[in-house]
Amino acid sequence: MLLEVADLHVYYGNIEALKGITLGVDSGEIVAVLGSNGAGKTTTLKTISGLLRPRSGTVTFNGANIVGRSAHEVVALGLSQVPEGRRIFNVLTVDENLSLGGYLIRRHRDLQRKRRDSVYQTFPQLAARRKQLAGTLSGGEQQMLAIGRALMSEPKLLMLDEPSLGLSPLLSRLLLKIVRQISNQGTAVLLVEQNARQALAISDRAYVIETGSIALSGKASQLAADERVQKAYLGGYEAVS
Amino acid sequence: MGPFLQYTINGLTVGSFYALVALGYTIVYGIIRLINFAQGDLTVVGMFLGWSLLTQFGIRLLPLPVALFLAFLIPMLGTAVTNVVILQLAYKPLLKRSLLAILITALGASLVLQNVVRLIFGPQIQAYPDIVPLNGFGIGPAHVSYLQVVLFAASILLMLALYLFTQGTPVGTAMRALAVDHDAARLMGINVDRVIQIAFVVGGLLAAASGVMLGIYYIQIQFNNGFLLGLRAFTAAVLGGIGNIPGAMAGGMIIGLLESYTAGYISSKWQDVVVFGVLILVLVIRPMGLFGERVAERM
Repeated sequence: MLLEVADLHVYYGNIEALKGITLGVDSGEIVAVLGSNGAGKTTTLKTISGLLRPRSGTVTFNGANIVGRSAHEVVALGLSQVPEGRRIFNVLTVDENLSLGGYLIRRHRDLQRKRRDSVYQTFPQLAARRKQLAGTLSGGEQQMLAIGRALMSEPKLLMLDEPSLGLSPLLSRLLLKIVRQISNQGTAVLLVEQNARQALAISDRAYVIETGSIALSGKASQLAADERVQKAYLGGYEAVS
Repeated sequence: MGPFLQYTINGLTVGSFYALVALGYTIVYGIIRLINFAQGDLTVVGMFLGWSLLTQFGIRLLPLPVALFLAFLIPMLGTAVTNVVILQLAYKPLLKRSLLAILITALGASLVLQNVVRLIFGPQIQAYPDIVPLNGFGIGPAHVSYLQVVLFAASILLMLALYLFTQGTPVGTAMRALAVDHDAARLMGINVDRVIQIAFVVGGLLAAASGVMLGIYYIQIQFNNGFLLGLRAFTAAVLGGIGNIPGAMAGGMIIGLLESYTAGYISSKWQDVVVFGVLILVLVIRPMGLFGERVAERM
């Protein structure tokens, strides 16, 4: 396994947010993490990326335990997170945002340029706006920028936190399709999504988190057919569409 | 018209010193939302380091450009180190606590610096040696001394260097990113602690640069100069929009000009009234400053 999370316990003060999460991602896989608001999906990602410290449990990435490493060291190991709500640097230009994504290779300007060009190839919409301030982009473009920025470090594993949040169904389908492309090029993906239907459609496997624990796990196709999943996470969408 | 030109020249000279101190405020504020009240006293530390080099260590015997270079360089390194030490000892442990705690700590750091200067250099007024000849040239009715030209040019060069650093280098870009979002910056692989340290190094360098310039320009220095100086520079930073680098430069110049015009047309006793009147007006009417955008709402 590329990423193995074992028995992760995380607290906010005295509140136990994660009560023993165990999950894994293999190279080349897309793994979805589903669950309702407050279930612990974002906490899981933040703990893996080093923004939060667990009280106990291990996070093994590429064979090494990374618990206790600072977030900027984790990025250097090849694990990149696209945070919830995009969190792009709105007062910097698109180009500058991407350069910061490649901060670790800042002394290799040619390599940086090469990767930036490849991001612009993946997201041609961004290329037209490279000198524009990131804050002036549309929501969809900002999400593209957030993903592009994370790709600048050429991660082995890309973690996406709610990439479709606040986007139109059409746009979120387009984005998830691009996520599939990124995965096809060899990057493993850990995808946190509220939009369970679309997430399951592009994923290989999935976990369902409920109040800090894994409630269900399995192949994405099996989970999509599971009665409990349909009821709790897919039903609503059916009724709407 | 005659005096106006003279007041403008004097105001711009002093304004450029204020701008350097204001930049120290603004850079630190931009990154960790701290109004570093020690900035003014740090300037005085640099001022006295330069004074002691010039009067007690005999670097004046060296050729003038070399002497000047050393009289700036060594104090700048000294205040840069001092600023980082203050960061690590006093601010760092509080960074994740309340803003108020760290603000009060900054006031404490200001008092400590002031009293350390008094202990080492004494409470009396000291005098900078006049190492740069005061003669100059005339522009119409106004007199410009070579000293003013040299100091003004040096300030502008420093500001230009700072501007290029923040706009054109990866670390400078990272600093601007930190003004927006620390966690997002961490996720880029940016060592946030390191970048904060670099900001304090820059703040320290600017402090001594302006301190030595003020000493050479005004001659008389005293351990408690930092208080008023800090407040004036803080006003300059707020006027330009605190957190905004070009804003601090412009704010410093405007405060320098205001002071000079007030002293010339009214009385030098009214300088502080006008300057702090401006601070109050800005805070009431346009709290984000003349050029500020985003920062005010984050407080």
